[in-house]
Amino acid sequence: MPKLLQLQHIRKTFPGVVALDDVSFSIAAGEIHTLLGENGAGKSTLMNVLTGFYAPDSGSLQLDGQSVRFSSPRDSLALGIGMVHQHFMLVAAHSVLENILVALQGVPLLFPRRQLRSKIEQTIDEFGIDLDLDAPVWQLSIGAQQWIELIKLLMRDCRLLILDEPTAVLTPQEADKLFQVLQRLKQQGKSIIFISHKMREVMEISDRVTILKKGRSVTTLEAGEFNQNKLAALMIGGDKIPEWQKSLPFSDELVLEIENLAVRNDRGLADLDNFNLQLKKGEILGIAGIAGNGQKALAEALTGLTRVESGRVLAAGEDITRSCARSSYIAGIAHIPEDRKAIGIVPDLSLDENLILKNFRAKRFRHGVFQSRSAIRNNAIEKVDQFAIKAGPQGSPVRLLSGGNIQKVIIARELSEQPVVLIALYPTRGLDIGSAEYVHKVIAEGAGNGMSTILISEDLDELYKICDRIAVIFRGRLIGYVDPANASREQIGLMMSGEVSA
Amino acid sequence: MLEILLDATVRAGTPILFATLGAIINERAGIINLGIEGLMLIGALSGFAATFSSGSLLLGVVSAFVAAFIAGSIHALITVQLRGNQIVSGLALTMFGIGVTALFGRGVVGQTIDGFERHAVPLLSQLPVVGKAFFNQNGLIYFSFLLVAFIWFFFYHTRWGLNLRTIGENPAAADACGIAVNRYRFLAVACGSGLVGIGGAYLSLASTPMWIENMTAGRGWIAVALVIFASWSSVRALFGAYLFGGITAMQLRFQAMGTTVSAHVLQMLPYVFTIVVLVISTIRLQKGASQQPENLGLPYDREDRK
Ligand SMILES: Nc1ncnc2c1ncn2[C@@H]1O[C@H](COP(=O)(O)OP(=O)(O)OP(=O)(O)O)[C@@H](O)[C@H]1O
Ligand SMILES: [Mg+2]
Repeated sequence: MPKLLQLQHIRKTFPGVVALDDVSFSIAAGEIHTLLGENGAGKSTLMNVLTGFYAPDSGSLQLDGQSVRFSSPRDSLALGIGMVHQHFMLVAAHSVLENILVALQGVPLLFPRRQLRSKIEQTIDEFGIDLDLDAPVWQLSIGAQQWIELIKLLMRDCRLLILDEPTAVLTPQEADKLFQVLQRLKQQGKSIIFISHKMREVMEISDRVTILKKGRSVTTLEAGEFNQNKLAALMIGGDKIPEWQKSLPFSDELVLEIENLAVRNDRGLADLDNFNLQLKKGEILGIAGIAGNGQKALAEALTGLTRVESGRVLAAGEDITRSCARSSYIAGIAHIPEDRKAIGIVPDLSLDENLILKNFRAKRFRHGVFQSRSAIRNNAIEKVDQFAIKAGPQGSPVRLLSGGNIQKVIIARELSEQPVVLIALYPTRGLDIGSAEYVHKVIAEGAGNGMSTILISEDLDELYKICDRIAVIFRGRLIGYVDPANASREQIGLMMSGEVSA
Repeated sequence: MLEILLDATVRAGTPILFATLGAIINERAGIINLGIEGLMLIGALSGFAATFSSGSLLLGVVSAFVAAFIAGSIHALITVQLRGNQIVSGLALTMFGIGVTALFGRGVVGQTIDGFERHAVPLLSQLPVVGKAFFNQNGLIYFSFLLVAFIWFFFYHTRWGLNLRTIGENPAAADACGIAVNRYRFLAVACGSGLVGIGGAYLSLASTPMWIENMTAGRGWIAVALVIFASWSSVRALFGAYLFGGITAMQLRFQAMGTTVSAHVLQMLPYVFTIVVLVISTIRLQKGASQQPENLGLPYDREDRK
């Protein structure tokens, strides 16, 4: 196969961090090439070098055998390289339409609005997704935002499409839709670089896989040469995947009771409607449902981040329906939010500070009114080690970390004070397999010590693996509970689409 | 009576309108410009000097634009290319404008020119009440009407306008689309500054056709506040500027009628009004009605992660 793009000995450093040490690999025309590597291995950095966002310290790029240098994304776009970034490049205040329009090429100075609009609508229809072109982006779910990014890319005429963890926030059904599109593009001779931590997807779609470890390209394997275990082994090298066991059966003691809860969203529509749920001590309760059926509202209602319209939430018999976020926390509820950059971290504070955002008042972090720097530092060292966080130089803002590592910071913080209840939304989204496994282990161990977890996830594999019970949510209502030990996936699938109850 | 008051309102509001429009263009690109007061003075002096030596009002307006464009380019260079602190650079620009115009203005102090004159627009000026106030005015005022409409159209109906708004909200997103962020920002700051300069020239070519040291008397600061009141919209800027103009016109009227209230207190009114406006619009901003460009005031570095 002819080589479309070749990278040789790429090196990129940031103050105090070697993000890419020495990376070489090539992309052929008409192939789907997967990049695999742990959180912080340098995948996103490499893609940013490829699109001209970052200037490499050294190394060379060749396109069609010609040496090229990109000094901005404009240059790479001109040569037909387009990318969907791991962290979205969207304007929250603008409408979906405006966000797509701004990305189109060759649009005249005065927009032929109607014509462009119907062209965009056509593309959206092709994917069979539901997007309101006039809605402002900040109102949309993360999954919908991901589709906007995909549509922006697909409406451009690119020879090389780079997708940095596009499926992390998509449902399995949506991911399948995306894969069909990618296969079609491949048949048209386009090349695709795909990044994902989900092994099932990697196996399904890749023609070749390149493995990145600590900023170095380890090896490239052709289809047929790899299987899930081999890839995992290469990716984590000598490290071990943590092992854990499901905890003992939980007790019958109720820690959380939700009665007839109703919540409305910004647009005044019901997100939760007459919702009931019971959580028992030491239980891991999965919430299965297609994104946008009220999961986020449930989490926000439980953590005091949104106003409850009617109904009650009882924690150990005490009514916490109207308490603010802080008092909910004191009541022992921890929260791993969906939108990690927006409400999970304070981007400009350091790692150390982000790790104590919630318990900075604890005695051990203080000397009277002063902070104890050494205690805060030691806490960070401990967490970094425990969760294998790839941290930057000490004191640097936490926003500089890779996507997966930011997620680990949030999880480490939320689990640090032995919460009574953990509300976790897609906690392993964007985590590499080792880290995802570690998070499962921590949750399972917590359950052994009496922590109850509400695990909101779209990943049925994950729910089956660690949950004691699974509750299915549809259109803001509880459809029923199932026991993962003897319920089939088909049954849950039907419940998720509201076709049958338990 | 109402007609006269309206007429005075438009005349007092127009210099601030130009300055506010210029500031809006700056801030839509994500750059705060606190140099408005200085830029107005630079526009006022260079406009006056050019008209004084050439006799041409048009040349005066053009030189005001060009001089302020150049001065604004300094701010653009510091904030866009060098990613310097926008607040500090803007304040420095104001100080610079005050000082430099005081120095070079000495030569023309006390000189006079023939300023802008009224030209009635046929038919429209015959409209009851508003006809005289809006359509029996000078050319610069008509130009300001066109500008308000043009800027609105530019932002919401052209590709360049959408690009610029995207840059102010999220420069990385614009960059990823292949938009030349720094070039747009530079031009927005420089051209916006040029318009501010025309606002200054209005004072020295139309309001009082002469040069007086520090003749802007804080109007530039009012424009900075009105940007927030107008929530970054050119159409609302028109209302804001006229509201301010109206209060100025009224207090002048009170003085002319010889009230017992001290003139100093009356002259204070427009500024008090500005503070009230700021409080109200800030409360509105917090209630989520925010139109503020998300990346306002933040330098853009492609290699930084946000
Ligand atoms: N702009 C930047 N400034 C400073 N450090 C950076 C920057 N971009 C990346 N890094 C560092 O480079 C390293 C690699 O990060 P990168 O985002 O490429 O990882 P990744 O492989 O994409 O991980 P993930 O799977 O978590 O997304 C990290 O240690 C990160 O902190
Ligand atoms: Mg990444």
